[in-house]
Amino acid sequence: MATVGLRGVRKSYGAMAVLHGIDCEIADGEFVVIVGPSGCGKSTLLRTIAGLETITAGEIWIGDRKVNQLEPKDRDIAMVFQNYALYPHMSVFDNMAYGLRIRGLSKPDIATRVARAAGILQLEPFLQRKPRQLSGGQRQRVAMGRAIVREPAAFLFDEPLSNLDAKLRVQMRVEIKRLQQQLGVTSIYVTHDQVEAMTLADRLIVMNAGHAEQIGAPLALYTTPATTYVAGFIGSPAMNFLPARLAAGGESVELDGGTRLLLGAARRPDGGGPVTLGVRPEHLTVAPNGGLALTVELVEALGADTLVYGRLPSDTTMVARLPGTTTVRIGDIVTVAPAQDSLHLFDAESGKRLG
Amino acid sequence: MVENRPIGRLLAHFILIIGVIVVAFPVYYTFVASTQATQPISVGQISLLPGDQLLNNYAQALSHGVAKTSGTPVGGMLLNSFIVALLIAVGKIAISLLSAYAVVFFSFRLRMVFFWMIFITLMLPVEVRILPTYKVVAELGMLDSFAGLTIPLIASATATLLFRQFFLTLPDELVEAAKIDGAGPLRFLRDMVIPLSRTNIAALFVILFIYGWNQYLWPLLITNSGDMETVIIGIKRMMGGADADTDWGAVMATTMLAMLPPVAVVMLMQRWFVKGLVDAEK
Repeated sequence: MATVGLRGVRKSYGAMAVLHGIDCEIADGEFVVIVGPSGCGKSTLLRTIAGLETITAGEIWIGDRKVNQLEPKDRDIAMVFQNYALYPHMSVFDNMAYGLRIRGLSKPDIATRVARAAGILQLEPFLQRKPRQLSGGQRQRVAMGRAIVREPAAFLFDEPLSNLDAKLRVQMRVEIKRLQQQLGVTSIYVTHDQVEAMTLADRLIVMNAGHAEQIGAPLALYTTPATTYVAGFIGSPAMNFLPARLAAGGESVELDGGTRLLLGAARRPDGGGPVTLGVRPEHLTVAPNGGLALTVELVEALGADTLVYGRLPSDTTMVARLPGTTTVRIGDIVTVAPAQDSLHLFDAESGKRLG
Repeated sequence: MVENRPIGRLLAHFILIIGVIVVAFPVYYTFVASTQATQPISVGQISLLPGDQLLNNYAQALSHGVAKTSGTPVGGMLLNSFIVALLIAVGKIAISLLSAYAVVFFSFRLRMVFFWMIFITLMLPVEVRILPTYKVVAELGMLDSFAGLTIPLIASATATLLFRQFFLTLPDELVEAAKIDGAGPLRFLRDMVIPLSRTNIAALFVILFIYGWNQYLWPLLITNSGDMETVIIGIKRMMGGADADTDWGAVMATTMLAMLPPVAVVMLMQRWFVKGLVDAEK
């Protein structure tokens, strides 16, 4: 167990830079999730920590060792891959024992460690099987077992659940979380799935085009996203962004269609001028006495909630998450209003949060 | 082909049977000839039923050969052929496995240049480079030796290429997982690459063994003394000259004997690699 420190980590392939200086200190036992769309550099970042890629500049610390120059095997980490990367010709036992054998552990030691890991992961009945005789979820568990037996300073997960079906993914997500709490090992987990990210993480790193756009606790990112990028990425369906103008005095905004909204907690007494107003779909409620007139274009009834997709008079599209009892039809005009204290204001140009 | 038409089935069987006869008849003919006395064969009066000279002919071939080859017994030739074919097969597999491993898993300067150099040798069969090769082997004093018989045939691109294609299908993550587990290059080769290539190795072994066994031109050039001769050369030398001098019974017996080891290898290894194909490990 150890802390992991990323200090100004940069990576470029020739002239193309993929990581533009990432800084993050990860505490001992912390579960950090790196999240972002494909191509944002999140996997590359994880692979630099594992030592599978060298970094162009910066420092990576694991515990009190600077590991920039160390080979993967000397970094005291274990990695779980997206396609599991089990050794196909070895039994489950041998898969888990392989790294220990190379490290020269004694046979009884290896047997004890593998037995313990197999116990935690309920793999005992499968120890003599080959990976191809296992289901996807079982293979996933073997991959985790291989990581656990090494008793590493940190676990690295590279999208470990994306090859599983939806139901199994939820189940394994819970299992990973429980396991991490039980073992208390520092974990770094890469995913593109924001639900996975929100549920697993003690802290999230949202990546955007090689930058760490925002680092923080999942709920903090949800309630106070630093940029429109983070605001749009965290939460599902994504936050609605409405072009607006901050009125003089900063107590209210005027939307493009002329609608005025009072700002409440988001007020900016010193501001004025064009802004982007962010409203989460779940913070919109039906308000017969005035608000935003939404012409309904699509309705998704999910049972507990109904998602209403529509268009404002200003032609901006908007989504509202309304109670499941709501009955609306395509073509209806629904008047919705945001809860006053849940509005987010962003700079219209830079996308940065105001206040 | 869901329908079950008797005429179609008959026709299919007829064609298949013709095919089998075309392939099998020469073999049968050789076998029959190897069981008969020389006399009826050389005048062209061969019966299509096995004769009574089977033991005689085989014993003669194995124990003291024929006068043409100054009485070299076929047993020694078979052993030579077997050693040559084995050395070629094993040597080729070892060399190409290692070179493919280097080309696929290591990045070094001029990697592709080396790959293409290996690849280009595909265009140069033994016959094309036979004179310079002969000169080199002769000057190294390797005439009439197993080294001379095998080494020039070992370096080849085909097997390297096959192994390379297979190695490229191994997922990168497998390499990385092994790296994190602490396996160095040689360990990875021993614990992952070779076990996973088992079926490829078996298939190549069959092909290369037969390739080595059937070599004719190169052993013909390189061997002068009777005790380094391979069986293929031996057969040719037994039949030289006029028909009348040829001891056909013994020649046919030798031919049958020369056919057995490749057949045995195919049958033995086939079980191996079919098994490998059935429980594919990837």
